[in-house]
Amino acid sequence: MKNPLDSVKGTITAGVVLAVVLWFIVEAWIL
Amino acid sequence: MEASVFYELILRWIHFLAGITWIGLLYYFNFVQGPFMAEAAAAAKPEVTTKLLPRALWWFRWGAMITVAAGILIILNKISQNGTEVMGTSWGISISIGGILGLIMWYNVWFIIWPNQKVIIAANQKAVTEGKPVEGLGNRPRVAFLASRTNTMLSIPMLFFMAAASHNPWGLF
Repeated sequence: MKNPLDSVKGTITAGVVLAVVLWFIVEAWIL
Repeated sequence: MEASVFYELILRWIHFLAGITWIGLLYYFNFVQGPFMAEAAAAAKPEVTTKLLPRALWWFRWGAMITVAAGILIILNKISQNGTEVMGTSWGISISIGGILGLIMWYNVWFIIWPNQKVIIAANQKAVTEGKPVEGLGNRPRVAFLASRTNTMLSIPMLFFMAAASHNPWGLF
C-alpha cells in the first residue's frame, strides 16, 4: 500500500480523517 | 481588566504569533518548497539547502519552541485560576488533545527534523565547498520528510481541538 504521507492530498485527507475520528471518540466516550 | 485575564491575553497573542510562524513555515515546506525541489535544476538545489533552508528552519524551530512554551503557560495560568478540575471540562479535554498533538509535533521538529536537517545542510555545504556531489546522507532526507509530513497531518486535528477549546462546539451535533 502506498504511504498517504507521500502526497499532499493524502496527507491532508489523513489529517481530516484523524480530526473527525478524534472528534467522534471525544463526543461518544469522553464528554 | 483582571491581571490574570490580561496575562492570558498576552500569552495567547504570543501563542498565535509564534504558532502562525511555525505552522506557516511547515505548510511552506510541504506545499511549496518540497514540490519546487522535486522540479528544480540540480545546480539550484544546494543554493536552496545552504542559504534558504537554514533561515527558514531557524524561524520554524524557534516558532515551535515559543508556541509550546506560551501554550503551557496558558494552561498553567488557567489551572492556577480555576483549579485542576478545569482540565476535566470540555475546555480541558479539548485543549489536552490539541496540546498532546502539538507536543508530538514539537518533538518531531526538535528531535527528528532539525537534527537530520543539520546533517543535510552540512553535507550540502561541504559538497558546494569541495565541488563534489552530496553524499553520505543515508535515509536522513526520508526520515525528515516523513516527520514533516506527519506534522502537517497532525496540524489538522491539532488546530481543530485548539479552536474547539475556546469556541466550544460540543453538543452541537
